[in-house]
Amino acid sequence: MTNPAHERIEKLVNANDVVLFMKGTALFPQCGFSSRAIAILDHLGLAYETVDVLQDMEIRQGIKEFSDWPTIPQLYIKGEFLGGSDIMMEMFEAGELQSMADEKSLKKAEA
Amino acid sequence: MPMASDDIKNMIIAAIPDADVTITDLAGDGDHYAAHVVSASFAGMNRIKQHQAVYAALGGRMGGELHALQLTTAAA
Repeated sequence: MTNPAHERIEKLVNANDVVLFMKGTALFPQCGFSSRAIAILDHLGLAYETVDVLQDMEIRQGIKEFSDWPTIPQLYIKGEFLGGSDIMMEMFEAGELQSMADEKSLKKAEA
Repeated sequence: MPMASDDIKNMIIAAIPDADVTITDLAGDGDHYAAHVVSASFAGMNRIKQHQAVYAALGGRMGGELHALQLTTAAA
């Protein structure tokens, strides 16, 4: 891949077990969908990294192409694209995110 | 410009003819919708592929005009 934004995204995705590309920060999400995604991750008690796409236009555009996904937030777990907040909610309600966290031995957030 | 719910529904059905599409106006403002799309063509596709199929049906509008479309999909 020669697109510099894609290279940066690939590094972020590979360097972090759980990474959420979002609008705003975990403490101050800037849209309802990002807020919902954070609520789900917090409820699962997972340790996660966030990338604020509002602070980085290159990433904001690049992530849409990288994932072939038109909206933010976007969740990656262990390098795999999981989807946006709607899919996160479906997976959370079905207990699938919890079982994925157990299977992949994802780190818990520090209390 | 927000989209009318019928336009959203028609675009999805144009691309996925057998789709059963339910659109709910979440906020009553013609701008925040939930769409539930059921299609036999989703069989064997994971959720990401199913959502991508709907986004593809909406052309480039998802994420632009349609910034607030909650989407759920199911195989018939």
